[in-house]
Amino acid sequence: MVESKQTSTADKISTYLLTIVMIILALSIVALLWSVMAFTAGQTEYAGFLLIVGFIAMGLSVYVLFQSRRRVSDLKINAPKTMTTVECKKCAYKSVREFQRGDYVYKELEKCQKCDDKMIITAIYREVKEKEKTYAF
Amino acid sequence: MAFLPGGDIISQIIYAASIMLFVVFMLYGQRIQMYVMIREVEASLYKLKFMKEEGRKIAIETIKEIGKPPTDPSPRVDRYLEYFTISPQSMDPAGIVYKLDHILDVRDTRLKDEVKLMAPAGDEVQVNNLENTLEAAMALNYIFKVVRHFYIQGKKTLSLYVIMQLQMILPLVMKEAEAYASALKAFAYGQPIGDGAGPLVAAKLMHGYEIRKVPKDCVVATVPMEGRTTFILKAEGPGGNVGKPGDAVQAVIEENEGKIANVIMIDAGLKLEGETVGEVSEGIGAAIGGPGVDQYKIEEALAKYQIPINAVIVKEDIGDAVSPMRKEISDSADKVIERVKNVILERTKEGDKVIIVGVGNTIGIGQ
Repeated sequence: MVESKQTSTADKISTYLLTIVMIILALSIVALLWSVMAFTAGQTEYAGFLLIVGFIAMGLSVYVLFQSRRRVSDLKINAPKTMTTVECKKCAYKSVREFQRGDYVYKELEKCQKCDDKMIITAIYREVKEKEKTYAF
Repeated sequence: MAFLPGGDIISQIIYAASIMLFVVFMLYGQRIQMYVMIREVEASLYKLKFMKEEGRKIAIETIKEIGKPPTDPSPRVDRYLEYFTISPQSMDPAGIVYKLDHILDVRDTRLKDEVKLMAPAGDEVQVNNLENTLEAAMALNYIFKVVRHFYIQGKKTLSLYVIMQLQMILPLVMKEAEAYASALKAFAYGQPIGDGAGPLVAAKLMHGYEIRKVPKDCVVATVPMEGRTTFILKAEGPGGNVGKPGDAVQAVIEENEGKIANVIMIDAGLKLEGETVGEVSEGIGAAIGGPGVDQYKIEEALAKYQIPINAVIVKEDIGDAVSPMRKEISDSADKVIERVKNVILERTKEGDKVIIVGVGNTIGIGQ
């Protein structure tokens, strides 16, 4: 049966990148806290400046983190689910099961459950569910 | 004291920053653009490296599982991945097809022998499947190395144009690499691939009839159809194999002393964006890809005896052609058979002899 294994290397995000992102995230939180303190102290201009800097830094670090996670999830070779259709030519009994190693089209298999005649594999395929994209033409 | 227009400190900072940004972009704009492109290429290169390593890993795992080698096959696999083929000199092109044919035969024999040494316990079908798996891994290895070459060259020379060319073709290169990556597991498991549309139709037509082998690595069955005698040809399955349909068609034509009313070739054809996967299309000419040797041989035999040729193709993109066969392609086999029958009825008379060739990789398709 087809298995989809995930490699350990694919699950890792660079620790260097993660450290930088975390430091910037921490600094942005500090900037936001300072902005609150500055606002309560009446320094509205300074508070506004820190608020903008804090939000920009936080947005950027979250964006970088999100992007690197997406890149990691892209680094996978997925084995698509493949199906095998088995048919009995005599009584037309048909069944669909998951692909097993050694299957091939027109391979003779065990006897039919209904009529005792040999069953054969008539198709091996994968089904793809494509997202509907609309183009003008 | 304010040295820039605007009242408060924030406006002054923003104003100064925008002027600085303008100056920086004016002086270093191209360089910044180049670094952005290098980053993009770098990201793709990481992905290609991952695919290449996965390819090698899958190949080694499959060899160990199927071939039961007495020693670790990794060094031999690494050597296999670096194999190259030198095409014949074309300064004097006369006779180049047969020189290329010879080179390809030598390559095929050499690679097959290598696989047999790596996997001594594998049978003929498994050896063919392993060879296909290794060829997919080899293609990934080569793509990675070429992209890395231009990336390093671009970085060394800091040439925008080297990097720009690479960045522009990268989406197409990545599409091809992803297609090979998805082919790896299909080949390792012996699943039919999209390129097998032709052999699938041929197998449907010849199943249940007596089959004999024809050179090279092909099978033929004589099947009565619509009052005509048809010779159905395909590569011998179910192992990964494309055979040499050029030699097979020549052999069948010669056996019948050229008395063939029509040749119909069935193959997978590259679709254009916007076309549907599994769409069946009809035309004229030898529908066969590859280096061109088989097409040349078929065309030569047809021209010698003035035999008309028709082609029926199943449309799919490069990714579908080398990954496990999509349901749409599998379902299109019956539509192709209908088209072939129509061609036979319209283009030949009762009692005529017709050759029908299913072209493509027959992995996962018996007969």
